[in-house]
Amino acid sequence: MEFGLNESQLLLRDNARKFFAGECPMEEVRRLMETETAYDQALWAKMVEQGYTGIIFPEEYGGVGLGKVELILLMEEAGRALLPGPLFSTVALAGSVLDATATPEQKKRYLAPICSGHARSTVAMLEAGASWHPADVQMSSASGKLTGEKLFVPDAKVADFLIVVARDGVFVVDAKAAGIEVQPMEAMDLTRKLYSVRFSGTPAERLGDAVGLARALDVATAALVAEIVGAMQRTLDLTVEYAKMRKQFGKPIGMFQAVQHQCADMYLETESARSAAYYAAWALEENAPDAAVAISIAKMYASDAGRTVGNRGIQIHGGMGFTWENDLHLYYRRAKASETALGDSTFHRERIARLVIDSTATSVQSA
Amino acid sequence: MDLNLNAEEQQFRDELRTWLDANVPKDWAEWREKPLDETFPYLRTWQRKLHEGRWAAVSWPKEYGGRSATLMQQAIFWEEMARAQAPQMANALGLGLIGPTIIAYGTEAQKKRFIPKILSAEEIWCQGFSEPNAGSDLAGLQTEARLDGDHYVVNGQKVWTSFGTFGNWCELVVRTDANVPRHKGLTVLLVDMKSPGVDVRPLRQMTGESEFSELFFRDVRVPVENVLGRVNDGWNVAVSTLMYERGSYGARLHLLFKRSIDRLVELSRTIQRNGRPAACDPLIRQKLAQCYGEIEIMRLNQLRAFSRITATGVPGPEGSILKIFWSELNQRLQQIAQELLGPYGQLLAGDRRAVDKGIWSYGYLRTRGNTIEAGTSEVQRNIIGHFVLGLPRSY
Repeated sequence: MEFGLNESQLLLRDNARKFFAGECPMEEVRRLMETETAYDQALWAKMVEQGYTGIIFPEEYGGVGLGKVELILLMEEAGRALLPGPLFSTVALAGSVLDATATPEQKKRYLAPICSGHARSTVAMLEAGASWHPADVQMSSASGKLTGEKLFVPDAKVADFLIVVARDGVFVVDAKAAGIEVQPMEAMDLTRKLYSVRFSGTPAERLGDAVGLARALDVATAALVAEIVGAMQRTLDLTVEYAKMRKQFGKPIGMFQAVQHQCADMYLETESARSAAYYAAWALEENAPDAAVAISIAKMYASDAGRTVGNRGIQIHGGMGFTWENDLHLYYRRAKASETALGDSTFHRERIARLVIDSTATSVQSA
Repeated sequence: MDLNLNAEEQQFRDELRTWLDANVPKDWAEWREKPLDETFPYLRTWQRKLHEGRWAAVSWPKEYGGRSATLMQQAIFWEEMARAQAPQMANALGLGLIGPTIIAYGTEAQKKRFIPKILSAEEIWCQGFSEPNAGSDLAGLQTEARLDGDHYVVNGQKVWTSFGTFGNWCELVVRTDANVPRHKGLTVLLVDMKSPGVDVRPLRQMTGESEFSELFFRDVRVPVENVLGRVNDGWNVAVSTLMYERGSYGARLHLLFKRSIDRLVELSRTIQRNGRPAACDPLIRQKLAQCYGEIEIMRLNQLRAFSRITATGVPGPEGSILKIFWSELNQRLQQIAQELLGPYGQLLAGDRRAVDKGIWSYGYLRTRGNTIEAGTSEVQRNIIGHFVLGLPRSY
């Protein structure tokens, strides 16, 4: 039993950290967030070169074939860098759903271009009711066409095709197809743009088998939790650095216990979220019987802890923390978006309750 | 990263499980609710039996009667003990904290003299650390030891001593030099509790029982060969003991917490709320799920810390998040139990209507101590702030 990273995992993490620090420093994040889509083609091409867009997908489709633990190590670093653009939407969301539901022939057409960097994509699931239960989806296909509106679709404007969750299956829709209208939704997070997508008799191709959808969303959720953990770590690091440097009453404010103990709590929350994220990814990779519970535990905890760490970080930064110039609010905005994406803590607590209170299997532990 | 048991761990677990199946006393359920002074001989016998199977101190090196178990094997040990509903061992502090400290700092003669009797529960150990005026600020302790020929003469008072009334020996921290900075004038003595001048008084705590004692020392003579480690190096010896305390204690708690939440889930199916089972009440569901998740995270934090300690070799300050996490979680767990039980939550063991023989009213009161004992939450946060995050010392 060993709950640490092996050498190649550490190498992947360190390389990703260096890559994002070099290619996407905060100045670049700020530049991109002021653009319409927060997408940069040159940056995308470099990520493709690193193999990031194919990281967990089978080699036969041009992927790298690594596991879920490797995926979350990459996403943790992306979260730490507050990486703008559609990496999460394309790989963790659309790619996972394709991998789990598409036929081999469809994978050649849709997953392979994601791996090779030729296509970007996203998943459109939420509607006006904003429920993350696939069962609450209202939209249905009629004669191979979709009509209706999807909301809160990340990065839809830069997607070459969209994965659409409907009542009667999961569909893929060409972004240039007739009757698609993509409109920005003005939301808090400036680095991951959200859109409404209206379909009016839009031709759609059904993906092989929707049974894998729940599991694909679990993979995406693990990736999102990892991003949250990376952002928490960065918030903690910035805050500790500030608490050491900022002086009041002739002392660094980090010397005051009211400040220091909040930093300690930020550390506890960050490490706990990380434990939950790593385990959830491992459980998914191993097909452990408690994988679904583990995912919900991780998202439940990280949704709340991500926000709390942001609260504490801003408070400790005092007036500086409230300025536009300081980076903390950019992480804080992302934390709010990530908190609700793929289900907030209330949603996941209810899912845990269904899995452990409503079933007779009350043991999380497989051993 | 691989959380499956490896072959050696599997073998360790299977061997232990088989042994426990054959040896855990069947009548423990009749004893477990009784006060400790009644059950103590029973626990001594149980520990002797574990020792015969070489299971009393699995973490200790083989040459001292242990199994040189890895941290993961130790975690497995405590999980299996809890799973088998095995009684605790009588000499908990001797095995968990003081024995390892003697192995690390003791002379060959001390190891030969003390270790076997710790294992066999022939000699029960207690810890004389805290004082009325030195709790969190342990280095401020005032109990003094003056050298007189080949003896130290000890005067002072200790408090919050677990197993004080059963203790045959005590790991005692004393001040041997008052003229140097506070941390540098301390020494650890191994004190025979039968020495003239030692007085033990049980201390009644808010639960009504007396888990702890006050110890009074008046001109107690301790031979110099009972100094543990070097004279005036007692701070390092004592801190090493405290590290064992923070590192290993949480490991054995996970399954107890797990059993508690499973029991609360079970109770929620029968307890009625607004005309339906509490298990159907959205708020109760949310709270139970939150607690369930946090108990799992506690286990994962522990496993991650173990992996890190295995890589670096020593228990480190990361143990502090474990202490904060389990102690505050246990309080939240008990609070949820109270919300679920309503007026029944307050019934004590003696009341015939008490749920689960009063464990929930007891737990509610007892867990207030969790964030105080073994290093208060405030001290743990100071440790994280200073030693982990590198913030300037606040005190």
